[in-house]
Amino acid sequence: MSSSRAIALAALLTALPVLASEISPDQRRSGYSFMATDTKAMQDDDTTNPGMLWVLDGEALWTAKAGNAGRACADCHGDARESMKGLAARYPAFDRQLGRPVSLEQRINLERAQRQDAPPLAYESRDLLALTAFIADQSRGTPITAGDDPALKPFVDEGRELFMLRQGQLNLACANCHDDNWDKQLAGSAITQGHPTGYPEYRLEWQTLGSLERRLRGCMAGIRAQPYAYGAPELVDLELYLMSRAAGMPMETPAIRP
Amino acid sequence: MAAALINVPKKAKRGDVVEIKTLMSHIMETGYRRTAAGELVPRDIITSFTCRFNGEEIFRAEFFPAIAANPFLSFFTVASESGKFDFEWTGDKGFSETAAASIAVE
Repeated sequence: MSSSRAIALAALLTALPVLASEISPDQRRSGYSFMATDTKAMQDDDTTNPGMLWVLDGEALWTAKAGNAGRACADCHGDARESMKGLAARYPAFDRQLGRPVSLEQRINLERAQRQDAPPLAYESRDLLALTAFIADQSRGTPITAGDDPALKPFVDEGRELFMLRQGQLNLACANCHDDNWDKQLAGSAITQGHPTGYPEYRLEWQTLGSLERRLRGCMAGIRAQPYAYGAPELVDLELYLMSRAAGMPMETPAIRP
Repeated sequence: MAAALINVPKKAKRGDVVEIKTLMSHIMETGYRRTAAGELVPRDIITSFTCRFNGEEIFRAEFFPAIAANPFLSFFTVASESGKFDFEWTGDKGFSETAAASIAVE
């Protein structure tokens, strides 16, 4: 082997490092800490945070009767400020009937089907985002505990596998950016550690509120992989792993991100 | 389900400069984008905003397609007397929304 070829091979090997260590708990940082001062200010003030528009809509939906049962969320759950406090920090949670974890969005649609006899709300629809944001907003500041349930262990592991799995035409795993290179930039933007602390969140790029699944699908398209469908078990497992990876970090819903 | 977020100080001292912040829910579709089928998505934006204090216009803004969705405005006025701010947004497709907020000046 000529020396130039050896150098080229060495360069290739360093460009594709084997998966490095996971982020230690004391090094974890919310996406918030990577943002510019102006964007932080936008999130900090509820009258400048456009995510609050969805939270207000969600509050109206909470008390609105829906479906053939003619029942509102509030008819069973009462004041969301009490009944939904800290709930989103525990999601995705294990559903005994289905025998697998369900996301908060899926839980809302399950409740609609079982208690309200109402059709499911479409993923990323204004109503589903509004209800999810309103419920998750009741957990603002609550430390994330999702994945603590022992029944979830195999699904967290499944999600971790996916996080570490190289995929797509660019052959990148989530971990290649968000574990190994989170302190660097990609095309001028901070890579960040990928902690899902503020979903549903208002992304300036989207100019609207969006779910964690939308974000994950965006990343998958970015590495030229075929994104999983909304609500796919793989996406929920990945969500669950990400939440357990962020265990102890406070919820920020509705967060602002660039 | 249009909704506005308004931030006006509840109280102020006479002569104080007060900041007024408004955020209106709107998609602000530029009219330049096309669907997958190549058809132009019609423009749907807020075109004008006015703020009146006790009936008198104190601030006006015109909006254009380059303004982001859910437009946020911040402006200042001098607190001269107690009264009511009336906000009005108008736009394409007959869009018209109003909101109000009161201030007590001591």
